[in-house]
Amino acid sequence: MSSYVIRRLLLLIPTVFGISLLVFSLMRFLPGDVVDGMIGAEDSFTPGQRETMQRLLGLDRPVHEQYLSWMGAVLRFDFGSSLRSAKPIGPLMWDRLQVTAELALLAILFSTLIAVPLGIIAAVRRNGIVAWLAQVIGLLGLSVPSFWLALLLLLLASRQFQWYPAIIWVSPFDDLRANLEQMLLPVLAMSGSLIAIIMRMTRSAMLEVMNQDYIRTARAKGLKERIVIARHAFRNALIPVVTIVGLQLGHLLGGSVVVEQIFGLPGLGSMILTAINQRDYPVVQGGVLLIAVMFVLINIVVDLLYAVSDPRIRYS
Amino acid sequence: MAVTAPILNAKSIDLRAARKPRSWWRDPILHVLSRPLGLIGAVIIILLILAAIFAPLLAPFSPTAQDATRLLSPGRPNWLGTDEFGRDILSRILYGSRVSLQVGGIAVGIAMVIGSAVGIVSGFFMGAVDAVVQRIVDIMLAFPAVILIIAISGVLGPSTSTAMIAIGIVYAPNFARIVRGPTIVIMQNQYLEAGRVVGAGSGRLMLRYVLPNVAAPIIVQATLALSTAILAEATLSFLGLGTQPPDPSWGTMLGTGRKYMESAPHVAIFPGLAIAITVLGFNLLGDALRDALDPSLRDV
Repeated sequence: MSSYVIRRLLLLIPTVFGISLLVFSLMRFLPGDVVDGMIGAEDSFTPGQRETMQRLLGLDRPVHEQYLSWMGAVLRFDFGSSLRSAKPIGPLMWDRLQVTAELALLAILFSTLIAVPLGIIAAVRRNGIVAWLAQVIGLLGLSVPSFWLALLLLLLASRQFQWYPAIIWVSPFDDLRANLEQMLLPVLAMSGSLIAIIMRMTRSAMLEVMNQDYIRTARAKGLKERIVIARHAFRNALIPVVTIVGLQLGHLLGGSVVVEQIFGLPGLGSMILTAINQRDYPVVQGGVLLIAVMFVLINIVVDLLYAVSDPRIRYS
Repeated sequence: MAVTAPILNAKSIDLRAARKPRSWWRDPILHVLSRPLGLIGAVIIILLILAAIFAPLLAPFSPTAQDATRLLSPGRPNWLGTDEFGRDILSRILYGSRVSLQVGGIAVGIAMVIGSAVGIVSGFFMGAVDAVVQRIVDIMLAFPAVILIIAISGVLGPSTSTAMIAIGIVYAPNFARIVRGPTIVIMQNQYLEAGRVVGAGSGRLMLRYVLPNVAAPIIVQATLALSTAILAEATLSFLGLGTQPPDPSWGTMLGTGRKYMESAPHVAIFPGLAIAITVLGFNLLGDALRDALDPSLRDV
C-alpha cells in the first residue's frame, strides 16, 4: 500500500512539471504584458519608463531564466508576488482557496445527500414515482447551464423573497450564519449538474449490484430488504459512487469560475480570471499549479478509498 | 488462384439472391428511434439543425437590426421580446443556433480527430510512446478545463473560431483516454496478428483494423461531447471571451442580458432555455446511442 502511494506521488512530479511548463508558456504567448495594463491607454509613458518598469518586474530577462527562477522559488513554496499589487501570492491563494474549497465541499455534500438516496430508491423501485423523478432530475440537471441556473435563482430570490445576497464576502469564522446565507444560492446553482451526475452513477451501480447472486442469497436467508439494500447492495455499489464524487470535487476546486464570477465570490477561479486579464503571470501560474496539484492528490485519495470501500482491492 | 477464380466470377452467382448484409448504421439508428427518449433527442437535434439552416427564412426580424423599442416584454410582434438594443430575441436565438452548432460540431471534430489518433497510437505501440502520451493526457486533465480554454482563447484573441480551437484542444484528452483502453484489448486479437502476417504496416493496421473496432465508443463520446462543447462555448461567450457582439450567440446574449435581470429577465431567460434544450437533446441522443452501440454500458 505505502509503496503504491509513493509511486503515485512520484508520478506527481512529471505531471506538475508539465503543468508548470504549460501554464508558463501559455501566459507568455498572451499578447501584451502587465505593464500595458498598468499604463492603460495613457500615452504619457515614454518607452524608457516602460522598459524601467519591465526591468523592475524582471520581465526583461530571457524567458527560460524567468521560468527557472520562478520554478526554483515554487519548489521552496515561494510563489512570488503579484506583479500588479506586489502582494505575496502564497497568502492570497490561501484566502481564495478557503472560499473555493468551502463552496466545493458544501456543493458536494449537499448534492451527495440528495443524489445518493435518490439513486438508490430509483434503482430499487424501478417503476415508482421516485424513479421517474430521478430520471427527470438526471436529464435536466445535466442540461441546465450552471450560470443560467444561478441567474434564475437570483431572480427567484429577489422577486419572491426580496432577498439579495451580500456583496462583500463574509468568512464562516466571522459570521457563520451570514456566510451560509451567502453560500446558499451558489451551492444550489452548482448542485444542479452534480446531483444529476452522482444520482445517475448511484442508480446504475445499484442496478448492477441488485442483480448479483449474493443479493438473492441475502434475501433468501430472510434478511429484511432494508438490510439487504444498505449492507449488501449499497456497500458494493459504493466504489463507482466514491470515484465520481471524488472526481467532481477535483473539478469543482478548479471549475467554479463562472459561479464565483456571478455571485462575486473571491475564490480561486475569479482570482485566475482577473489575473489572466491583467497578465499577472505569477498569480495565474501559482493558481493553476495549486488547482492541478489538488486535482491529482484528490485522484490519489479516491484510489486509496477504493481499498477502504472494497477490501478485495489491494495496492501493491 | 486458378481454383477460386470461377467462383469469384460475378456472372456465376446471382447476387440478388444473397441476403442483404446487415447495415452497421441502420440497427443503432432504429434502436435509438424506438426509444421514446432517444426519439425526443433526435427530434430536438433535427429541429435545431433545421432552425440553423433556415434561420434567415424563419427569423421574423434581422438579428442585428435595432429597430424596436428596447427591452420589450414578450408579445407581438416580438414574440420573445427585445434586448437592450431593441433587437428581436427570437431572431437572435434562431441565428444563435448556427454559432452553437458550428462551434460544437467543429470543436468536437477537432477533439475527436486529435484525441482518437493519439489514443490509438498510444494503445497500439504501448511502451515509451504510451508512457509519454499518458503523462501528457494526465497534465491536460489535471489542468482546470475552463481556465485552459480561457487562456488559449486569450492567446489567440477572443472570437468564434478561437472558441472552437480552444474547446477542441481541451477536450481531446478525453477521447484519447476513452480510445486507448479498447485499442489495447483489440491488440490482443488474432485478426491483428493475421493482418501483420499478410504484410499490413502499422498505419494500415491502425486505420483498417483498430479504428473500425473503436468507432462505437468514439461516436458515443462525440455525441455526449457535443453537449459539453456547446456549454463550453456558452460559458466562454458568457464571460465575453467567445463570440463577439453584435454576432448572436446564446452565451453572449445571456451574459449581456444578465445586467437586466431585474427589469427584463426575459433577455437572459430565453437564450438560457435554448442552451438547456439543445444540451438536453444531445444528452438524450448520446444516452440512446450508447445503449444501441454498446450494450455493456446500458443504464450507466
